[in-house]
Amino acid sequence: MELLNVNIPNWSDMGNWIPEAVLCVGFLVALIGDMVTRGKKPVVPFVISVFALVTAGSYAVAGLNNPGLAAGLPIMGDLVVVDGLAAFFRILFIFAGLATVLFAWTSEEIMGRKRENKGEFYALILMMTAAMMVMAEARDILMLFLSMEAVGLVSYVMAGYMRTSLRSTEASLKYVLFGAVSSAIMLYGLSLLYGMTGAMDFAGIRAALVSGPVNGFALLVVVVMIIAGMSYKIAAVPFHYWCPDIYEGAPTPVSAIFSVGPKAAGFALMIRFFYTTLAAGPDAAASVGIIHIINWPLLIAVISAVTMTYGNLVALRQSNVKRMLAYSSIAHVGYLLMGFLLLTPAGLQAILFYLLVYTLMNLGAFFFVVAINNHLKSEELDDYVGLGFRTPWAASMMVVFLASLTGIPPFAGFIGKFYLFTAVLDKEWFWLAILAALNSVVGLYYYFKVVKAMFFTTPLEGADTSPLKLHWLQYTVLAVLAIPTLVLGLYWGQFKDLADQAIAAMTVGF
Amino acid sequence: MNVGLPHFLTISAVLFALGLFAVMSRRNAIGILMGVELMLNAANINFVAFSRYVQHGIDGQIMAAFVIVLAAAEAAVALAIVLAMFRNFGTVHADTVQSLKR
Repeated sequence: MELLNVNIPNWSDMGNWIPEAVLCVGFLVALIGDMVTRGKKPVVPFVISVFALVTAGSYAVAGLNNPGLAAGLPIMGDLVVVDGLAAFFRILFIFAGLATVLFAWTSEEIMGRKRENKGEFYALILMMTAAMMVMAEARDILMLFLSMEAVGLVSYVMAGYMRTSLRSTEASLKYVLFGAVSSAIMLYGLSLLYGMTGAMDFAGIRAALVSGPVNGFALLVVVVMIIAGMSYKIAAVPFHYWCPDIYEGAPTPVSAIFSVGPKAAGFALMIRFFYTTLAAGPDAAASVGIIHIINWPLLIAVISAVTMTYGNLVALRQSNVKRMLAYSSIAHVGYLLMGFLLLTPAGLQAILFYLLVYTLMNLGAFFFVVAINNHLKSEELDDYVGLGFRTPWAASMMVVFLASLTGIPPFAGFIGKFYLFTAVLDKEWFWLAILAALNSVVGLYYYFKVVKAMFFTTPLEGADTSPLKLHWLQYTVLAVLAIPTLVLGLYWGQFKDLADQAIAAMTVGF
Repeated sequence: MNVGLPHFLTISAVLFALGLFAVMSRRNAIGILMGVELMLNAANINFVAFSRYVQHGIDGQIMAAFVIVLAAAEAAVALAIVLAMFRNFGTVHADTVQSLKR
């Protein structure tokens, strides 16, 4: 559909967009609330943002039962669609946003005595959540680019949130420079794709690719340029350079949401874009042709293999827990990319389920770092010695998160990895599966270095061994993340069904 | 001389290459941002040219208008960050800012 024919003020569509609308209004109200109180009462924007997220979340959960999801509820013509995939990611993003808002409230890095502009943080989280939701819903090049940039712009500001801190400023500078360059490369690729197909919406691009003769080399160049922009968002090698520096430099609650939110949104966008344009539709033979003309499986397999190996190997020699978690999140992107190999529904379902599990366990691990940073003002592994006895409950929950990140059987991470491995083995890509299995073993080493420091290393003479008391909100959020990480490892059926339905109800526009 | 699609594509490719070169060779953060502007505008030329010669519609022109707005927004945020960096480090050279661990 051409943009001109879109009837923008079509309010009947907007009923399907209540969560996004609530978050946008919440963003404005929170900002105004912060201004009215002259930034002296951050509790006002905090309460407004929690209220907005809870309201949006309840609408999003209610929206799951909408019978129209399978066919897709179009908004603004063909620009945006709310379908199964979007409904799934909406809930994921709102959950991550809410957890981050609650935890940031207790973080010294955001709320400490000397910090400025405490209230704006909560407003920015709302905007970021809304933009990520649009990323999962875009089905037109225009919305694809605008939503990615919206997430980017908010992230640049949040990374540099501690304005007077050298590390934070440096992180945001690196973020904005890398981000601007990679999105410019992606935009150029998108413009060439528009030239090849003469269409802006994904379905139109698909139709043109299937019907016309496709120049394989041109399509490969275009796809590589687009992957460059998207792999920056998800932090896959070779566009991962920013990731460790930004996660280390940014305030830890911000790193926590960066490590799950934009990453999951990037995957949602990649799933919809590449599945629709390269693989979807009734004409399976044509799909196979297009995927193989550009050698897609090999391209993704190589990126995936390099990403997971690099992330794990470099994580091995990190002494800073926050930086180690950054490299571990790069490694996890490598595992997730395995599901992309053949763009089959089974692989995409595995990605969705793993993203769900990954959100729980990675947020948890980062939040533990936030809680400890409040007391120790440090993220160094050496300072974690003896924490198992100073704050036993929180440290035990950290062990749950780390074991799940490793992928040890009774935890959710194992089930998630199991499905990803199955998707690859099913298509007989044995070398990739073997490499991923070896990588998991490497992961065991560095994740358990943290466990060893917390529980099994004897503190030095004279080291502080007084018990640490965490905020009750911190215990609550950690438990809310840790319990499902355990339970999902035993009863995952319902949540796997949720992921399966999300992919089944993804509309591709045919 | 008849100006056709190839002319526009050539200009845009040259502009994109110049932008990429500026991004890679500049040490000054503002210079890098200028390179990014060139790359974005190269894509804009593509969009407008393709909408005239390939699609025969105006989708590409609308896209170009949005990209211009977005480039302005991005420049505003990026320059604010560069300013913050200048206050903290006293320099705008991206490669001298190395307080984070390698």
